[in-house]
Amino acid sequence: MDVPPEVPKEDGRPKWDNKFQYILSCIGFAVGLGNVWRFPYLCQIHGGGIPLLHLELALGQCLRKGSINAWHTISPYLGGVGVASLMVSILVSLYYNTILTWVMWYFINSFQEPLPWSICPLNENRTGLNEECYESTAVNYFWYRKTLNITPDVTDSGTLQWWLILCLAACWAIVYLCTIRGIETTGKAIYVTAIFPYLVLTIFLIHGLSLPGATEGLVYLFTPNLNILQNPRVWLDAATQIFFSLSLAFGGLIAFSSYNPSKNDCEKDAVTVAIVNSITSLYASIPVFSVLGFKALTGYWDCLDRNIISVINEYDLPEQSITRQNYTDWITFLNSSNPEKLAGLKLKSCDLQEFLDQSVSGSGLAFIVFTQAIILMPGSQAWAILFFVMLFSLGLSSMFGNIEGVFTPLLEVKVISKSIPKELLSGIICLASFLFALCFTLGSGSYWIDIFDSYAGSLPLLVIAFFEVIGVAYVYKIKRFSKDMKWMTGRKLNLYWQITWKFISPLLLLIVFVAFVTLQIQKKPTYAAWNPKYEHFPVKEQKVYPPWVQAICVLLAALPCIFIPLVALIHLIKRMRRSKDPSFVPPEIFSCQEFNSNFSHPPQK
Amino acid sequence: MLGVLLLAFSVVSVASAELCKPDAQNAFKVRLSIKTALGDNAYAWDANEEYLFKAMIAFTMRRYSSKSTTQISNVLLCNVTDRVSFWFVVTDSSKNTTTVPGSEVEAAIRMNRNRINSAFLLSDKTLQFLKISTTLSPPVEPSTPVWLIVFGVVLSLIVAGIVFLVVSGIQQRKKKNKESTERENLEEKGEVTITIENGIPCETLDLKAGHVNGVFAADDERFTSL
Repeated sequence: MDVPPEVPKEDGRPKWDNKFQYILSCIGFAVGLGNVWRFPYLCQIHGGGIPLLHLELALGQCLRKGSINAWHTISPYLGGVGVASLMVSILVSLYYNTILTWVMWYFINSFQEPLPWSICPLNENRTGLNEECYESTAVNYFWYRKTLNITPDVTDSGTLQWWLILCLAACWAIVYLCTIRGIETTGKAIYVTAIFPYLVLTIFLIHGLSLPGATEGLVYLFTPNLNILQNPRVWLDAATQIFFSLSLAFGGLIAFSSYNPSKNDCEKDAVTVAIVNSITSLYASIPVFSVLGFKALTGYWDCLDRNIISVINEYDLPEQSITRQNYTDWITFLNSSNPEKLAGLKLKSCDLQEFLDQSVSGSGLAFIVFTQAIILMPGSQAWAILFFVMLFSLGLSSMFGNIEGVFTPLLEVKVISKSIPKELLSGIICLASFLFALCFTLGSGSYWIDIFDSYAGSLPLLVIAFFEVIGVAYVYKIKRFSKDMKWMTGRKLNLYWQITWKFISPLLLLIVFVAFVTLQIQKKPTYAAWNPKYEHFPVKEQKVYPPWVQAICVLLAALPCIFIPLVALIHLIKRMRRSKDPSFVPPEIFSCQEFNSNFSHPPQK
Repeated sequence: MLGVLLLAFSVVSVASAELCKPDAQNAFKVRLSIKTALGDNAYAWDANEEYLFKAMIAFTMRRYSSKSTTQISNVLLCNVTDRVSFWFVVTDSSKNTTTVPGSEVEAAIRMNRNRINSAFLLSDKTLQFLKISTTLSPPVEPSTPVWLIVFGVVLSLIVAGIVFLVVSGIQQRKKKNKESTERENLEEKGEVTITIENGIPCETLDLKAGHVNGVFAADDERFTSL
């Protein structure tokens, strides 16, 4: 009897419509809000990054399972790594979508003329501007009061902000709409959410470069600040930023590549995704810094103009006699004739460098600094709308990966997949997350988001990544994995990958982990609180976390990591019990190739 | 006669000099920023403009209080600088030696501020009466906040999308269930063995493009009739 030709496997697993969808999803997951608002000099060290990315993509492709089952297949003792990934994905999804809520709030407010963050409201008896707004800026007021309604302390929870709840519901509804059937729906949505940001970045690039002050901003971008680079904390942030930037250790990448056909060049994919991620960061930094330079220059000019008005009014000089150019000459002249009178004016010293240094990173960049720059541009509504839609798309494509990291493993748990249709599972995930995320809409919500970001989104990733590399390199063994890789890509595994997986990556991860923990323990965990009653307001007040909050921080960092030893222990106990049973047959040695070739023969009759 | 006139004149001018000087009682400082407001269309500040200013202040006092009989000559200007800034004071029309109380002047100017501003093509910021604070107009707020409208539009689009996808998913599931029950029924009757002819399952041949070959058609003709 002739052996019939290989029929493509029909294991009922969903698959990508085409390769481009898969690559775009991985890029969308990796490219997120951090690429725009964390400074590039923090993000571009890729010694630890690409090998782990390659590892995760290869693993998912070979095993064709979500993170929990995949690690269970590698070794039952390592099943906890998958569970830890699931936990981290859940925790990160909760607060990441709240950041998108803020973006959506700003987006729907961008349709108002004039922009609501450009003017201060009046105070109660209409004699002047609102005090909190007047002392800080209108942009700060809109962010801290009108959006967050922030409380002065993390222990003071405040009330639920109804407008944020509405936006949160809308955001989770959008996430549900796009992930309702897993990659069937996200695969279509990703075409828009992954490509649109690049269009907007290009528009901002062209416009930003035409603004005055763009060159100053770009010069600032490309001159490394040696003081900052000497701080070890900065390098540590850079190292952890890689994991967050490439979205490693979330389980989402494993989920994405598990929907691939087995014979796919995952090495090329990994390198592509990593390169695109880096290029996007650099590409995004150019319009961002041009606009920041514009804002700094405008601030500098404003400072000068205010000083000039004070001097002109005081000395009753004709208007426009002092210009920005001859300001310093005039000051020296007036200082030499009557220094006391000049000192009595209390002129602020205007320094362009100081204005450039004010450019923060993180959410402050988008919601405070950039919004202020947008007010100064003509046609500010359009720029605001474009900017916030871009941020929303960036964040949404990352959310797809986070949700896939939760959805795929849960879908493979046998109890769930038989009884619940996909739409209901994703609905349950979104609804449960929405209810939990309501905590972040409290007055103290943004403090909690910072806590989640610093503790749940940093340390566990390092631990998970470490165990991933160790698991593949030493438990599954590199030789077996090389054979699997050869079967999948058709090429022998490059020595570079073997060396990095066996030695360099685990070592780097260990060093970063130890450094991180050491630095954390050394300094007291503080946070910056927005307190209008603070004596140095609008400078933020540095406060220390109370003990119960610190306990929560430790819990957040430890909870995902605990699962790794826990599951190993459970399996050990099961194994010991089973080994006493004489009829126990040890499980077969798993191989990626055999696993996949089981499906390649049609059913024998 | 001439001597008396000269004496009277000097008394008046000394008196007015005493009435109008920087930080005098009931005197106000005014500051104009014409170039900032008008740019290239800025006019020069000269005696004619000063005359207009005096006229406006007299008008303001008259408008404020119907009993007032302030004349242009009752408004005294002094210390005009290049900035353009000066001090002014309003003397009582009945007695030239006293000045109108500052509170009255302030109230009058507050009431007619926009008339004064528009006479000079300036605004509250560019024509400043120091010591007289302006009442700020509240920002215009629409009855329904704009963001609520946009939010409503966005949310309705999302809900429509979700409903569509869920309903289509349910329909697909129903179709699949119907197909699988049909298949089960056929299997129960034992008629489905997927026989393969040249790699094509016979089932599809039957369902799709099977033509009955007319030569072999009639079953009853297989057997010759008895």
